[in-house]
Amino acid sequence: MSTLLEVSGLRVAVGGKEILTGLDLVVRPGEVHAIMGPNGSGKSTLAHVLSGRDGYVVTGGSVSYQGLDLLAMAPEERARAGLFLGFQYPVEIPGVSNVYLLRSALNARRSARGESEIDAAGFLRLVKARARLMQMDESFLQRGVNEGFSGGEKKRNEIFQMAVLEPVLAILDETDSGLDIDALKIVSNGVNSLRDPARAFILVTHYQRLLDYIRPDFVHVLAGGRIIRTGDHTLALELEADGYEQILAAAST
Amino acid sequence: MTGNAPNQGLEDFMGRGYAHGFVTDIEADTVAPGLSEDVIRFISAKKGEPEFLLAWRLKAYRHWLTLREPRWAKLHHPPIDYQAISYYSAPRPAPGLKSIDEVDPKLLQTYEKLGIPLHERARLAGVAVDAVFDSVSVTTTFKDKLAAVGVIFCSFSEAVREHPELVRKYLGTVVPYRDNYFAALNSAVFTDGSFVYIPKGVRCPMELSTYFRINQAKTGQFERTLIVAEDGSHVSYLEGCTAPQRDENQLHAAVVELVALNDATIKYSTVQNWYPGDKEGRGGIYNFVTKRGDCRGANSRISWTQVEAGSAITWKYPSCILRGENSVGEFYSVAVTNNLQQADTGTKMIHIGRNTRSTIVSKGISAGRAQNAYRGLVKILPTAENARNYTQCDSLLMGARCGAHTFPYMEVRNPTAVVEHEATTSRIGDDQLFYCRQRGISTEDAVNLIVNGFCKQVFRQLPMEFAVEAQNLLNVSLEGAVG
Repeated sequence: MSTLLEVSGLRVAVGGKEILTGLDLVVRPGEVHAIMGPNGSGKSTLAHVLSGRDGYVVTGGSVSYQGLDLLAMAPEERARAGLFLGFQYPVEIPGVSNVYLLRSALNARRSARGESEIDAAGFLRLVKARARLMQMDESFLQRGVNEGFSGGEKKRNEIFQMAVLEPVLAILDETDSGLDIDALKIVSNGVNSLRDPARAFILVTHYQRLLDYIRPDFVHVLAGGRIIRTGDHTLALELEADGYEQILAAAST
Repeated sequence: MTGNAPNQGLEDFMGRGYAHGFVTDIEADTVAPGLSEDVIRFISAKKGEPEFLLAWRLKAYRHWLTLREPRWAKLHHPPIDYQAISYYSAPRPAPGLKSIDEVDPKLLQTYEKLGIPLHERARLAGVAVDAVFDSVSVTTTFKDKLAAVGVIFCSFSEAVREHPELVRKYLGTVVPYRDNYFAALNSAVFTDGSFVYIPKGVRCPMELSTYFRINQAKTGQFERTLIVAEDGSHVSYLEGCTAPQRDENQLHAAVVELVALNDATIKYSTVQNWYPGDKEGRGGIYNFVTKRGDCRGANSRISWTQVEAGSAITWKYPSCILRGENSVGEFYSVAVTNNLQQADTGTKMIHIGRNTRSTIVSKGISAGRAQNAYRGLVKILPTAENARNYTQCDSLLMGARCGAHTFPYMEVRNPTAVVEHEATTSRIGDDQLFYCRQRGISTEDAVNLIVNGFCKQVFRQLPMEFAVEAQNLLNVSLEGAVG
């Protein structure tokens, strides 16, 4: 199987402090990777630097995505090439309806590929079907992006957007945090229904409980800015049982 | 490549510039700069005005001489030399033409360039236009069709000639010449403008609009608009304004008076795009305007919608006097300031009658080093039993060097009144932009998306054809305002 994403020796500093200290990660189409680790280990930094957020200085290493130099691409170019970030803290954009944002996003992709704009009827069918998948009331579609949404609604909205945009690589940054068990199930169902041999996921999470619902192919433990251990889904259970301390201690010996 | 592809920051201002900055090379009769009783007599004679109007102009002028420029607004500009301005400029040959075919083709081209074709066959169906170029009205379209239902839509000069009794009855009854400094000046020297009269029970069959264009250098534009809606009538009117790009400042001091009688509705929309000056604040129009509507009759309604994107300085407070019982006043405003533009704008809602209601929705957008102030007065008089006001005042900042200011005044003198005020200030954040870009939307489109979302409540009030125009205007005005 070909490689979708290859991160090699990635070093990233924020405000002069090195957060990622030589991270390696290979993701192939169809795979689900979970990145776990204690607070401050660099999980969110990885998500942000892959999506091109400002304020992160790459001091070493490389990232190849679909054979392209990902770090040389602007955030919108990465998005149009199929990279999606589910935000840990989705922002509110008052007055801009959810569907309007999504339509602009879809059309930006299409126009980058030299395609015509999506037709209104087809678009409406798509968003309605995806809203049903996420058990979202249709009124959500017309509401301002995340405007007045609860924490859980915002997260559900992220997965809904992902379902509409159909990315090639979805990075979900702590999508499970702040969700009650019902919302967690809905979000997980959404992700599972989008699993596809051509699509890969990186789930950044602090807790194992998300992995009860989405079974990853690989679990990576991130600590001190590097991946210190990789295993299958049973590694997450081990972490849950023993805590990070033990694995960190084992890795440092 | 060792760095992430840079996101450009909010501070990176450039601006595409002003699309209407061209000058029409046309022969004009322009009076020498300076203001005196002789100049006023000249203007009045040039227009063949009746004696009452000249007398009124002279009274206004003499009153103006006793006044000082207002200083209370949050605006800064060098003193205006009123003797350096020319108070009359008309394209030659003088107007008073029989048909549009007699209008100088250069003038028609000017309006074509502005996207306002004056040939009726080329106009959007359902919109009649009065075009005012410097001091005079060039042409008014669809007059015959309007006349068939009794609607009068013509230049102010023509109204003075053809309907002096109506002008005399209503002129200065909403904005008296004593009202303020700029209203007094306008009353003394106004040259043209539009006049609208909607007879009893008539629903005006099309949108009416006036396009104002300043062309000559060193001239001021002082137009006057008067709209009278008789009992049970309805009219929607829109004005648009542009001017060439020049290094010196030019003065625009207009007066608009609206009179709504029993059960009448007047909807007045403005898309103001006077030349705003360059990035360093050179040039641009000083826009000092007095607009007021009088809900004189019971159940009348006056609604102001404005999109203020141009001018170096904007000083205007479209207001409603809610005299009639159950009358309704509305003010929906988007004011955009970029670079060194300054705006001090808002409204006054004066509740006099019982059960009067008013709504104020103001959206201010500041970018560059611009200053944007909302100033509003809600006044409930003792007679205004059960008056209601709702005010919403939102400011959006782009970058760290601009300012937004809110000055809401409330005077409530009847205990049954309910007055609500909500205000927010927000900034287009890097996080909002990044969110949009992560979804694949370019920075520029993201800014437009966010700004249009912010202004939606106001744009919804504009007639359909103009809502799109206003949205595009905003996008151009803020182009480059964010990286």
